[in-house]
Amino acid sequence: MSDARVASYALSLGDDALVLGHRLSQWSSRAPTLEEDIALSNLALDLIGQARLFYTLAGETEGNGRTEDDLAYFRDADAFRNVLMVELPNGDFAHTMVRQLLYAAFAHPYLGALAGSPHRGLAEIAAKAVKEMAYHVRHSAEWVIRLGDGTDESRRRTIEALQSLWPYAGELFESDETECTLIEAGMVPDRRRIQKPWDETIDRALAEAGLERPVDSTAAHSGGRGGRHVHLAEMLADMQSLARAHPGATW
Amino acid sequence: MDGWPEASALPDCDELLARARAAAAAVPDPEIPVVTLADLGILRGVARRGNVIEVTLTPTYTGCPATLPIRLDVENALLAAGIADARVSIVLSPPWSTDDITDEGRRKLRAYGIAPPPPRSSRTDALFAAPAVVCPRCGSHQTERISEFGSTPCKALWRCTACREPFDVFKCL
Repeated sequence: MSDARVASYALSLGDDALVLGHRLSQWSSRAPTLEEDIALSNLALDLIGQARLFYTLAGETEGNGRTEDDLAYFRDADAFRNVLMVELPNGDFAHTMVRQLLYAAFAHPYLGALAGSPHRGLAEIAAKAVKEMAYHVRHSAEWVIRLGDGTDESRRRTIEALQSLWPYAGELFESDETECTLIEAGMVPDRRRIQKPWDETIDRALAEAGLERPVDSTAAHSGGRGGRHVHLAEMLADMQSLARAHPGATW
Repeated sequence: MDGWPEASALPDCDELLARARAAAAAVPDPEIPVVTLADLGILRGVARRGNVIEVTLTPTYTGCPATLPIRLDVENALLAAGIADARVSIVLSPPWSTDDITDEGRRKLRAYGIAPPPPRSSRTDALFAAPAVVCPRCGSHQTERISEFGSTPCKALWRCTACREPFDVFKCL
C-alpha cells in the first residue's frame, strides 16, 4: 500500500541504522582486541539488518519500485535523513562506545514503543530490532563504565568523547514535519516521550563510570533529519563506490 | 468425548504436505549443522495451497547472513523430495526468541559443545544482567563471560573456570 509518510519515516530510521552500522563496520580488523572486533562487527550487522528491513518497507510503501539497494547505494548524501551523530567519524574507541551508548539508549526504548504501532510493517520490524538493541545498550554501557572508571588515559578520552558528542544527542528527540503528522495520527511514538528512559539509562551508566553528565548546550548540532550533513558524503563515497561502479551487479 | 483431531495433526491425510514438512524440518542450520531448522524454531510453517507448498521461515537476527542460504537450502531440500512447486517466504512476526528452540534442539546444542539458553530466558532489558550459564563440557556452574558476541550473531563466548575450556553460548533473545 502506498503511503508517502510511512515511506519517508521508514527511510529515516533505515538511514540512522545504515550509517551507524557502516561506521561500526569500519572497525573491522582494527578493534583493540579480537573479541571486541567480533563484537563491533556483530553490532554493525544488527544495524545493517535493521536498515535492510526499514529500506524494504520504505521502498514498498513508496510504491516506485525502489529496492533496499537502490536506497542504500544510489542516493546522494543530501537525500539521507540520518541524525548527524551517527555519521561522525569513529574517532577513538571511547568515542565510538560513548556514541553507541547515546544512540542505543534512545533506540532501545524508542523501538520498544514503535513495536506498539498500529502500522503492522513498522511494528514488526521494531519488535525484532528492540531485542537486538538491548545488547547494544548493555555492551556500550559496560565499556563506558570500564573506560570512565579505568586509567587516567581512558578516563580522559571518555570525558572528551562525552563532551564532544553530547551536543549531537538532542537531535535524536527531534521529529520532522512528516513524522509529526504520523505522531498526531497515533501511528508512531513521540520522541520526546523517550527522554525519560534515555536519561535514566545514561545517568545510571555515567554514575557507575564516575563521570559527570555534561551540561546541555545551547549549541546543539542538528539538521541531519533535514538533509544537511557534514561527514556523510565522504563516507558514502567509499560505501557506495562498488555498487555505483557495477550497477545491478549480483554475486 | 474427544473431538476429531485437527486436519493438520493428521500426518497421512496429505502425503505431499507431510513430505514437504519432513523435508523442510530436516534442513540443518548452515552455521550450526548439528541442529535443524525445526530444532531452532525458525521454521514457522509448511502449508499447502492447491499444488503449491508454502514454507515460512523467521530470522534469528535481522542481519543474520545465514537467512539467504537457509532459504536456498529449504528450496533444494524440497526439490530433492520431489517438490518443485514451492514458495519460501520470510516472516518477522512474532519475532523469534531463544524460547522457540525445542528441547531436542537444546540437547543437540549441549552435546555439540554450545551451551543452550535456559528455557524462558528471553528478555529485552536488564542493563547489567548476568545469566547463569552451565559449562556444556563438564557441567560446572563456575563459568564466566569472555565476550557477549561470538562467532555468529546468535552466540556469545564464555569459559569454564572449572575445566578451563572456552565454549560458545547461545545468546538469549
